[in-house]
Amino acid sequence: MTSLINLKEVKKSYKLGDDVVVEALRGINLEIKKGEFVAIVGPSGSGKSTLMHMIGILDKPTTGKVLLDGREIGKLKEEELAVLRNKHIGFVFQAFNLLSKTTATDNVELPLIYSGVSKIERNKRAVDELVKVGLGERLDHTPAQLSGGQQQRVAIARALVARPSLILADEPTGNLDSKSGVEIITLLKDLNKKGNTIVLVTHDMETARNAKRIVSIKDGLIVSDRKS
Amino acid sequence: MIAIAEISSLALKSILRNKTRSILTMLGIIIGVASVILLVSIGQGLQKYITDQFEQLGANLVVVVPGRVGRGGGNALAGGPPNFNGSKLTLADADRVAKIQGPIESVGTGIETPGSVSYLGKTKYTTIAGMSAEYLKIRNLDVSRGRIITTSDVRAGRNVVILGSSVIEKLFGQGVSIGKEVSIGGQKFKVIGILKSIGSGGLGVDVNDFAIIPVTSAQKVFGMKTIQVIGIKAKTKEDIPQVISVVKKELLKKYKDDDFSVVDQSSLVESINQILGVVTIALGGIAAISLVVGGVGIMNIMLVSVTERTREIGLRKAVGAKPNDILYQFIIEAVALSLSGGIIGVLIGALGSLAISQFVSTSVSFWSVILAFGVSAGVGIIFGVAPAARASKLDPIEALKYE
Repeated sequence: MTSLINLKEVKKSYKLGDDVVVEALRGINLEIKKGEFVAIVGPSGSGKSTLMHMIGILDKPTTGKVLLDGREIGKLKEEELAVLRNKHIGFVFQAFNLLSKTTATDNVELPLIYSGVSKIERNKRAVDELVKVGLGERLDHTPAQLSGGQQQRVAIARALVARPSLILADEPTGNLDSKSGVEIITLLKDLNKKGNTIVLVTHDMETARNAKRIVSIKDGLIVSDRKS
Repeated sequence: MIAIAEISSLALKSILRNKTRSILTMLGIIIGVASVILLVSIGQGLQKYITDQFEQLGANLVVVVPGRVGRGGGNALAGGPPNFNGSKLTLADADRVAKIQGPIESVGTGIETPGSVSYLGKTKYTTIAGMSAEYLKIRNLDVSRGRIITTSDVRAGRNVVILGSSVIEKLFGQGVSIGKEVSIGGQKFKVIGILKSIGSGGLGVDVNDFAIIPVTSAQKVFGMKTIQVIGIKAKTKEDIPQVISVVKKELLKKYKDDDFSVVDQSSLVESINQILGVVTIALGGIAAISLVVGGVGIMNIMLVSVTERTREIGLRKAVGAKPNDILYQFIIEAVALSLSGGIIGVLIGALGSLAISQFVSTSVSFWSVILAFGVSAGVGIIFGVAPAARASKLDPIEALKYE
């Protein structure tokens, strides 16, 4: 399998005030290959959020290299990162982050707007993805008219619609009841079976066990990297 | 960056998603633009009205009025209004003016005073005007039926009268009026003609509400030895300055500089328009301040909107929006808000001006509409840039974390 994203000796530090420097990542080496289902686990403050930002190329490392599809992101401009995110990363957030007062279809179309897909094509693909996640009956519902589990499925459809290389799910079950949580995890597993690469970020080992590979992080370092 | 059409559609969707807020935001601009349009239309309507009125007075007209009027450069009204009651001008003065060698076509005389006309117990309060035959001609007044006042009527001081249509209607209804005798100032006057309607016959006077008698008869009836106006028609427009100077020279032989004024209508129109122009600009300027206030309102709401939509901006960036996509979306939102406010404002201003035109003449000018549009679009851009720039610079990570 080919390498999708590759982190080499990635360090990230933040300045808090004049002399206080927080080292969130202290030398991470991580390679994720196409088709993998990886869980990144760690307690809060472990640096897993920062790591997620690196994988989602929302942020650049202080030192070290992040390679996405063979390109080093540290050297890219914000505009180029936006294009790369649009093409390669599908985000699923804990709080769903759907646009309010906006139909499920319009929400799912969003990434395609920024990749310049025509209106007709956008609508067709958005509807396709919503049907795949089981929301074919709720295309015109706004987030307020959907349950938490349904909202997260809209978010997953949105993450899939641009056919990204990687689905990056940040605590996707964090705001859901356990039954809906299980449904979402099952959906992610199915997507992985169909060939999608999935990175699941969570603090909960129970949830992490659903992945094929578990990367544990603590104090900015990877403490274990094993098959589930 | 993605196509402007796509960004515009995003911006419009977001405006429509928050209808109440959008309308409230537009309100400032709506009020500003509407008041600019309305006030400017009233000012310009007044200017047009006054110009029209003076034009109806007759062309190439120079008038001698009592008192000190319109001296001193641009400020033509500095001397105050004509002092009709203190007039020292007489018919003899008019004769002397008529004898001047110069480019003068004709000279007429006039008196106007409020009074009443009665017929068989019915009374109409109206303006009684004493005019010489020449003055009627100079003022473009004519009869629609009967005959006009002649030089011989004036010379003999005959008790004849021409009545305006509303006077006729009040006194005679549909009945015959020509040949009947009416009473003016206790004397009998024979109706010889009905005045032809020419709209309003100059300076806001409705000629339909007029009773015109020979100027000599008017002096008799009202016990006056003087007249109020000497109207002089110059041969051509170019002759006007010369006419003014020779008439002034002639009258100065007898009167002091303060006793009379010789003015031509174009300089009067010009100076009145100058004053009204300044007033219009001042009114428009005051209204324009409210446009700026409206613009600040837009900026305020856009800043609130950026804060409120921080997560949305973060999400858009996460799924691939470039900084410029966000920048233009917010600028277009601001411009769309201010422009729609501008359009609604123009409509309301135009409707308001239409409503007011029942009472005061108004005129919505093309330039005031263009200006209002331009200013409101400008306001949108100027006050939309700061919030849009803030939105475009948001860090997606921080934005996504924002509660």
